[in-house]
Amino acid sequence: MERAILRVTTKIFFAPIILYALYVQFHGDYGPGGGFQAGIIFAVAFILHAFCFGLDQTKKALPQRALIVAMVIGLLFYAGTGVATMLLGGNLLGYDVIVPGSTHHAGQHYGILLVEWGVGVTVASTMLTIFYHFTGREPDIDQEDW
Amino acid sequence: MNLAEQLPVLPVIIPLVAAPITLLLPQGRAPHLWATLISWLTFAASIALVRMVNDTGLISYHLGDWAPPLGIEYRIDLANALVLALVSGIASVVFAFAYRSVRVEVDPRQSTFFYCAMLICLTGLMGVTITGDAFNVFVFLEISSLSTYALIAMGANRDRRALTSSFNYLVMGTIGATFFVIGIGLLYQATGTLNMADLHDRLAGQSNRMVEAGFAFIVVGIGLKLAMFPLHLWLPNAYTYAPSAVSAFIAATATKVAVYVLIRFFYSVFGFDFAFVGHAFTYVLLPLGLAGMFIASLVALFQDDVKRMLAYSSVAQIGYMLLGLSFATVEGLTASLVHVLNHALMKGALFMAVACVVFRTGSHSLQAFAGLAKRMPVTTWAFILSGLSLIGVPLTVGFISKWYLLTAAFAAGHGYAAFLIVASSLIALVYIGRVAEMMLLREPPSEGPYAIPLKEAPLSMLIPMWVLVAANVYFGVRTDLTGDLATRAAEALMLAAGGAP
Repeated sequence: MERAILRVTTKIFFAPIILYALYVQFHGDYGPGGGFQAGIIFAVAFILHAFCFGLDQTKKALPQRALIVAMVIGLLFYAGTGVATMLLGGNLLGYDVIVPGSTHHAGQHYGILLVEWGVGVTVASTMLTIFYHFTGREPDIDQEDW
Repeated sequence: MNLAEQLPVLPVIIPLVAAPITLLLPQGRAPHLWATLISWLTFAASIALVRMVNDTGLISYHLGDWAPPLGIEYRIDLANALVLALVSGIASVVFAFAYRSVRVEVDPRQSTFFYCAMLICLTGLMGVTITGDAFNVFVFLEISSLSTYALIAMGANRDRRALTSSFNYLVMGTIGATFFVIGIGLLYQATGTLNMADLHDRLAGQSNRMVEAGFAFIVVGIGLKLAMFPLHLWLPNAYTYAPSAVSAFIAATATKVAVYVLIRFFYSVFGFDFAFVGHAFTYVLLPLGLAGMFIASLVALFQDDVKRMLAYSSVAQIGYMLLGLSFATVEGLTASLVHVLNHALMKGALFMAVACVVFRTGSHSLQAFAGLAKRMPVTTWAFILSGLSLIGVPLTVGFISKWYLLTAAFAAGHGYAAFLIVASSLIALVYIGRVAEMMLLREPPSEGPYAIPLKEAPLSMLIPMWVLVAANVYFGVRTDLTGDLATRAAEALMLAAGGAP
């Protein structure tokens, strides 16, 4: 068993890091936190995994193609919320129309929650894509190939 | 949804939502068709917006229902409605044109990323133009610039030098954006607001070091983005090594949008109350515009690469726009706006003609153009007609620009500038003439790398190119369309700036 301590620690830490990311995510609408920070923390869990088990193992768990789809879904979540508020009769990202007639602007609460979720998904997948590309980079180009 | 109420946001939101969807499409034809469809929808929305502004006047759209100055406001008057229509119009032509050209010039595995980046670039340019919020300008400027860096780097499939020129542009563009955002920061510190109209009100009568420094940072930052003469060093390489369709798109739009931002900050944010605006006109824009007109044109004369020649010519043409702007009169501003529109039409058509030549010969060096009139006549005449427009021959848009500019120069008491404008047009005649001579009078090479049998470019490229060439002639004859709208836009800007009507 090589590097047993590292492997076991990573396995123990992996789930709590993701849980913490989700905590930051859902705490972010009215308090400090939010999608950007949560996305970074979420990506950190996988980066730790890659450090310990190697990039190939991480790519098996979370393939590059899935990340691109996640990026797109996150962005569409954000933009889709905006378009949905337009379709409901408000302005772009005018969240109040989500819960019309609310006395305490409940729509704002739901709207920001949806948008932040989109931000979180996009940031996490973008961070991981950047990490995949930097660490999985092909060796330098040969002088002959220029 | 009330379409008329939501119309102001559509030109930005349509390409923004469509861009990520491109990534999910299969490789091949689909991303191109999708991007073209979206650019046409965006163009339709922009045209509707121009008509709406023309009928009802200024439109203000509050994002997220937050009222300005706290919320972000899209503020559309004639000036930016015209630029919006221009950018989306050029996009709808270039996107349709791009397919065959991109298939040979860009790595096929990158085709979805290519069209995604093109749509993001379009989103950024539209956003810069439409917004009434100074910080929002910075955000959209970066969106368009970042995608442009990626697009230029995709030229590396044919020529590895695209990578260094893209990196060079990245460094210069980022310095420009940083200067711009420092300037915005200083203005924010002085006024506590980011909304342009509100900035204008609060800056009235303020003239202290902080505002002056902010002004200087903004002018230099935007100057880098629009390739104002001594800050243009990133431009020739970027335009030369980018894929041809990208060159056509960014040459026709990116610098024009930056010129618009400069106009917006001079006239709508600072205004003539702020003494530095007058100084900047007299001591910065006027001499640099004149210098750019001549030095860049002279450099263009000696280029053996047609794309690089056109790139230097763009730097010279930006000199005309700055010159018109620096007269600080309605006529000058009109000339500047008209030239923004017209130069986009001619440079777009010229770069598309070069793209057709690159598609068939694989090269954009002057040698590749030898005897092209016999082998690719349709492309040759498109190049020559839009070249004539660049020189400023009557019945083309170039003539209209020069006419407005000359009248403005005389009216502003800068008679010498009028002669310099004519003189630099003659240089344009020489460098376009060099290419025309090569195409019309030389025999096709019988040996060497270009002695290959050539066919005319495919119809999918010729039709969009000729649409733009036809626009060069159409707007050269129907001067009432662009001229009148630009005059009214200029009058409105001048009124807001507090200048003489």
